[in-house]
Amino acid sequence: MLSFLIRRLLQTVPTVLAVVMLVFVLFSVVPGSIISTMSDDSDPQVEARMKKQLGLDEPVYMRFGAYVAKLATGDFGTSFRTREPVTTMIAKRMGPTLQLIFASMAFAVVVGVPLGFVAALRPGGIVDSAAMVVAVSGLSMAKFWLGLLLMYLFALKLGWLPSFGYGDGGLKYLILPAVTLGVSPMALLARTTRAAVLEIMTADFVRTARSKGMSETRVVKWHVMRNALVLILTTMGLQFGALMGQAVVVEKLFSWPGIGSLLVDSVLQRDIPAVQGSILVVVLFFLAINLLIDVLYGVIDPRIRYA
Amino acid sequence: MTGSPLIEVEDLRIDLNHGSGQVPAVEGVSFRIDRGETFGLVGESGCGKSITALALIGLLRPPLSIGGGVIRFEGREIQRLPAARQRALRGNRIAMIFQEPMTALNPVSPVGRQIAEMFVLHQGKSWREADQLAVEALASVRVPAPQRRVKDYPHQLSGGMRQRVMIAIALACGPDLLIADEPTTALDVTVQAEIIELMRNLCAERGTAILMISHDLGLVANVCRRVAVMYAGRIVEERGSADIFRAPSHPYTQGLVDSLPRLGSRAALGRTRLQEIAGVVPAITAFPDGCRFNPRCPKATDICRTTAPETTWLEAGGLVRCHHHA
Amino acid sequence: MKLRANLVIGGSLFALAIVVGLLAPWLAHTDPVMDANLMNAEEPPSWTWWFGTDGQGRDIYSRVLYGARVSLTVGIVSQLINSVIGVALGLSAGYFGGWWDDVVNGLTNLMLAIPSLIFALAIMAVLGPGLTSLLIALGLTNWSFTCRLARASALSLRSQGYVQAATVLGYGDVRIMITQLLPNMLGPIVVIGTLGMGSAVLSEAALSFLGLGVRPPFPSWGSMLSEARDQITTAPWLSVFPGLAIFLTVLGLNLLGDGLRDILDPQSRSRRT
Repeated sequence: MLSFLIRRLLQTVPTVLAVVMLVFVLFSVVPGSIISTMSDDSDPQVEARMKKQLGLDEPVYMRFGAYVAKLATGDFGTSFRTREPVTTMIAKRMGPTLQLIFASMAFAVVVGVPLGFVAALRPGGIVDSAAMVVAVSGLSMAKFWLGLLLMYLFALKLGWLPSFGYGDGGLKYLILPAVTLGVSPMALLARTTRAAVLEIMTADFVRTARSKGMSETRVVKWHVMRNALVLILTTMGLQFGALMGQAVVVEKLFSWPGIGSLLVDSVLQRDIPAVQGSILVVVLFFLAINLLIDVLYGVIDPRIRYA
Repeated sequence: MTGSPLIEVEDLRIDLNHGSGQVPAVEGVSFRIDRGETFGLVGESGCGKSITALALIGLLRPPLSIGGGVIRFEGREIQRLPAARQRALRGNRIAMIFQEPMTALNPVSPVGRQIAEMFVLHQGKSWREADQLAVEALASVRVPAPQRRVKDYPHQLSGGMRQRVMIAIALACGPDLLIADEPTTALDVTVQAEIIELMRNLCAERGTAILMISHDLGLVANVCRRVAVMYAGRIVEERGSADIFRAPSHPYTQGLVDSLPRLGSRAALGRTRLQEIAGVVPAITAFPDGCRFNPRCPKATDICRTTAPETTWLEAGGLVRCHHHA
Repeated sequence: MKLRANLVIGGSLFALAIVVGLLAPWLAHTDPVMDANLMNAEEPPSWTWWFGTDGQGRDIYSRVLYGARVSLTVGIVSQLINSVIGVALGLSAGYFGGWWDDVVNGLTNLMLAIPSLIFALAIMAVLGPGLTSLLIALGLTNWSFTCRLARASALSLRSQGYVQAATVLGYGDVRIMITQLLPNMLGPIVVIGTLGMGSAVLSEAALSFLGLGVRPPFPSWGSMLSEARDQITTAPWLSVFPGLAIFLTVLGLNLLGDGLRDILDPQSRSRRT
């Protein structure tokens, strides 16, 4: 188990390095991007001074080396905008984003997986058809549009929930953004679960389970669920990536103070170090989640652990 | 035959339902198995032997369903029992072993747990007690180090070991009837004999009747006292094992016997495959008129092509369905 | 049955979106940008203003029609770029193997490690807002699935008789790839492309919503929703129609993709539906 974990960790190192390089190249090498966008002042003297100040007069590889060295110590640089260390800015935003991501994944799992199960147990039935319509619709909707509609209905018309903001960090502030963000992974999970269960129900070991005299409920509980979980986990792992991306939009819509809105604000204001930092953190988080899911595979499916 | 049989099948029909209608995949099948008896069902793949077995244990799934006839277990009609009572029989009184020990066990559940389920389901044991009983069950099928093996997953066991686990599951509750569907077909030849021996001994000790299903007439005749031969959804001959070998009555059975390799003859001919029956098994949707074997039968005459033969009771015991039986 | 329904509904919705986009100048009641008139600001939907008007008195119906142009241009063109990149990389990687295959694999893994919307956002940040930037940003960030698919089929096709026969006949590598391999993987690639267009439309809307897409006065469904958010209390109808337009277009593409998959890629049917 431990060696599996270490091997898997080592495999992510090149990816992390590549992402670091990409983020660096994108914002540091693309000609003229930073200085010219930072100020409208095109005075060559000012430009030279700023370049020196930012270390931009060094050769590229030196700058990259210095950048990586700083990253390794957890230093993401200083924000152009607020003069605050980017690390601090990100740390402040991390909590709300994690809250949002996990809440929406929880919503997706709690609704999507049972929906997929019910749909699969009576294929072609009312629940099945309805669930699949919901699934296709959920995937075709722009998240922020759904969010707007939910905001209008539950916050403005019914007044049950606050329309936006983080407030005191309470649950009622979390519900609308989390549901908005969770709808498409929910739809995908329902589809995957349904397909997985349908396939597993035809497996030989399910017939064995029935031959033991088990009720269908027990067959599902004792034998189908765990097997379906492997496929469900795969979908979840992939969905975390999409979720991180969509979080940007949803956070912005609901004025949620997370990494996503930090990223958008920084992009809009050309705060390059903050943009780089936010992207790196998002990618690292995504890689970490996938690592975690690979470990969970091992726990659920014994065939993987020893392979 | 004496007393009431353990299980009795009368005029069983199994339908294959497809888009527009249904066709019988099995028709007019009748047989009985007494307590502790060994009975074999032989035929090529697609003849309906496996689905007959599934019907007995109530595991037919759509598109297959029982279309007619009666299955009695200890005199009670199984199909008339409420679902819960049927489940109480399944696994507990009638158990089944399947062909593929690789896929018939749940890959993500320890084998001990899969045995223990039987005690929880049918004997109301707690999981803790059941896990203990599972160790004993594994020991009874001669799996070495059962204490450790119960924690293993199916992929960690060899094919033979997995089939032992299947036997342990099937015999866990001391069933009255064990249905074994090609129990050794997927195994190495050397392991086959061990598994058959084990199954036969355990069932003999416990007085469990066996319904063995196989394409291998030699194997079945070796294990079972009586054999029924199925062809295209019907039983064509049913005899004592010794008789069927000595003097097969139906031309199809004759063909099966002739195609068995025997000591001496194999060496003489210098090849392992002997005479095969020409032609192929007809598809369920295209059973020929008359006797269903007629297109492949060396003895076929006009009547065979128009009229299905009735059951004939043989003087020496047993029955055959053929216009020209020996 | 269901197969037909997917194709017909999906195809019609997509066709409708295209027709609307093409005929926008004739179908529209007013000019989407110029005809701002504060006298008509925030009119709810009526016989005159079918979808209502926005805070500057512009006709939402006309703006939604014109919005189709941005969405479809970005959806179609960026997905074409993705498909070309994906096929070129995947096909050559599977065909040549060796170090090139490793490089392409590395690139694909890298792409999969960065959520594509985030990546697109980063590119938009460098290039600045605008249609061209959108096409580049979305065209460079969603090719990994196509690439994997093309690579896998190139690998499996490479060893087949007719491809080897072409090699013996002295066909060049590029010619073999284009004439022998490509036609055999086109079906699944078209399916992925159709579904990819749907997600490109959604991504464009998201980026425009964030203020990183098409520049404001010109209508894009995403930027219209961004303005709608600020007026949701006074003019809720602003939030309805652009979103509905996105929904119907993407739904059409998704249904079309599913329907095409049933026809063009029958093996995957049982696995994914």
